[in-house]
Amino acid sequence: MRLRFRRRADRRTGGLALALLLAAVASALSACEREERNFRGIPRAASTGMPPVRQTELQPGPPVRNAPAYGPYQENAYGVSQGKTLYNQFNCSGCHFQGGGGIGPPLMDADWIYGSRPENVFESITEGRPNGMPSYGGKIVNDQVWQLVAYVRSMSGLLRKDVAPGRSDDMQVRPQEQSTDKAKPVQSAIPKSAELP
Amino acid sequence: MPAKNFASTRYSSLDQITTDNVKQLQLAWSFSTGVLRGHEAAPLVVGSTMYVVTPYPNLLYALDLSRPGAPLKWTYDPSPVLASQGVACCDLVNRGAAYWNGKIYYNTLDAHTVAVDSRSGKEVWKTKVGDINRGESITMAPLVVKGKVLVGNSGGEFGIRGWLTALDGESGKLAWRAYTTGPDKDVLIGPRFKPFYAQDRGKDLGVSTWPGDAWKIGGGGVWGWISYDPELDLIYYGTANPGPWNPDVRPGDNKFTAAMFARDPDTGEAIWTYQWSPHDLYDHDGVNELVLLDLPIDGQVRKVLVRPERNGYMYVLDRATGEVLSADPYGFITTSTGIDLKTGRPIAVPDKAPQTGKVVRGICPAAPGTKDWQPSSYSPRTKLLYVPHQNLCQDMEGTEANYIAGTPYVAAMVKMYAGPGGHRGELTAWDPVARKAVWKIKERFPVWSGTVVTAGDVVFYGTMEGWFKALDARTGKELWRFKTGSGIIGQPVVYRAPDGKQYVAVLSGVGGWAGAVVAGGLDIRDSSAALGFVNAMKDLPQATTKGGMLYAFALP
Repeated sequence: MRLRFRRRADRRTGGLALALLLAAVASALSACEREERNFRGIPRAASTGMPPVRQTELQPGPPVRNAPAYGPYQENAYGVSQGKTLYNQFNCSGCHFQGGGGIGPPLMDADWIYGSRPENVFESITEGRPNGMPSYGGKIVNDQVWQLVAYVRSMSGLLRKDVAPGRSDDMQVRPQEQSTDKAKPVQSAIPKSAELP
Repeated sequence: MPAKNFASTRYSSLDQITTDNVKQLQLAWSFSTGVLRGHEAAPLVVGSTMYVVTPYPNLLYALDLSRPGAPLKWTYDPSPVLASQGVACCDLVNRGAAYWNGKIYYNTLDAHTVAVDSRSGKEVWKTKVGDINRGESITMAPLVVKGKVLVGNSGGEFGIRGWLTALDGESGKLAWRAYTTGPDKDVLIGPRFKPFYAQDRGKDLGVSTWPGDAWKIGGGGVWGWISYDPELDLIYYGTANPGPWNPDVRPGDNKFTAAMFARDPDTGEAIWTYQWSPHDLYDHDGVNELVLLDLPIDGQVRKVLVRPERNGYMYVLDRATGEVLSADPYGFITTSTGIDLKTGRPIAVPDKAPQTGKVVRGICPAAPGTKDWQPSSYSPRTKLLYVPHQNLCQDMEGTEANYIAGTPYVAAMVKMYAGPGGHRGELTAWDPVARKAVWKIKERFPVWSGTVVTAGDVVFYGTMEGWFKALDARTGKELWRFKTGSGIIGQPVVYRAPDGKQYVAVLSGVGGWAGAVVAGGLDIRDSSAALGFVNAMKDLPQATTKGGMLYAFALP
């Protein structure tokens, strides 16, 4: 694209115009950076050659540093808002309610059983978890799972305040995600429901 | 059986413990179940053995009452599927076991019924009766009638289609299944079906009172109590709420949800039905206990059933015909002004009907009703019914409904709070003939335990703080109390042990829908958590902690 364009530009108007155009394109590109769009769908973490999603601090041998947290929509207000709608539409709210839990564990508190990183939450939704979390893998397109991941993390204040939702369409039953203080993630041993004798 | 007898009176004729000596009652022994979820079961005593079913993972313990301290004889583990925890609406409870012909019968959360040899603890049979991938689970205690094990499903919050099933007690094979909704052939409605009220007559009402195919996912589970009248040879049971909770998406009477049936136990054929809450608006399941009594009504003794119903009314029905003889409020009600005895229908208050996208406030009683599953007891000596119940109201909004099999199908936002007076629980002693409360006890939290009454005129019940209490059955005066380790939501039982002494036993271990905030470690900042019950129970985590323990008390 760019090469062809340059050739045409050279032929017609010469170097000055080209420089101006390139500057305009560059500034336009940098302005777009905040809200990156991906139109091809976003693959799950494991299939992108990224480091493994770990559930524990303990590694045999010298520890390999974790890759930086991966997950689109973490800084995208639109995506988080979509995630909130999907959270109700896919009946996540039927078990976790608006973050306080019920059938499933709370999502607005500091406790994370299977990890708080976006890729951990992604795996929880797609793989399911043994003590009652259904496996949504293949039932929701990955792009929407990532929106759900972003919203779920906003429930305990893990996203920036200007990204987290500031209002609900329904009866207010909890402090808005935007005004929820960040709950520093704590690893929880096992789901409270799975405490077996 | 947990309800003591087929009439479900929970009356013990033992009279060693009396109003005079109950203050000397002391702990005889205790037993830890090792399970931390809500313990709603009744311990079952057969001969010299006590059988205890725990919440999920549904262990069955056999304790030897003939030896000091009631040591463990054996444990049976049915290993329910872990994922079944994801389809239980309101904690992972189990309401107990039944005994027949050398076998202990009970249900597991993952929708199986098991028969266990009462001596050896070996499994005799295990039958899969439901499917968790359709949202089905089982929490109810079965009842064995004429060799058939009667079992019903839970899942009114998961878009199930409710049923009552009879299994052959010896083989575990399915004898019959009666659905709550659908065409007459599925509901087992035939020529013998003679409901009292005109609105319940007609072909395939279980289809035509629903929009389209909504009856296929319309709820109406059978997770409560079953009673049996051997003379009339009829079983009686209630059906649960229609799904989803948001009533806008299911116009019509939604038969036969929030109703009850009288059926022939051999064939399952329906004999009559009555619908407590046609087109239920508030999750008012119709599954509470049905206490079968012969009472003098207007000068003649009639065979009746007494029902403290979730919608707030104490019903007395003719149990041969299904006619409502009376229905009087026993708690605070804003959603209706009475029951029209001509039609049998509640007289609704239109302002209190929830709608999609609109918050309706001051709905009383709340979703768990004036009374939920927790069973009452009746004493033929005092002629009073001892009703454990709650005093809760709620705000409610209908939301968008999305049916996805195996996930919740509720479509409502709810926020509960204490009713007038600020106390959340009551124990009412009700005179079903005079149709009025004789005395009432107020409790800080919902009285989520059952009651039991004895020939010594003592009523036992537990509180969610963990107090186990004895009351004078005639006056309601508290005579004795003992603090157990966790909140009590179980069913107390009275029995005579091989040593000849009278004991009273109860499971402690908070949980259930009311105690989910503790049992599930829920976050009280979300008022809608646990279907809105958390808002009314924000102070429970300060009052009690979880942990299942059985306590047995006797006189010194």
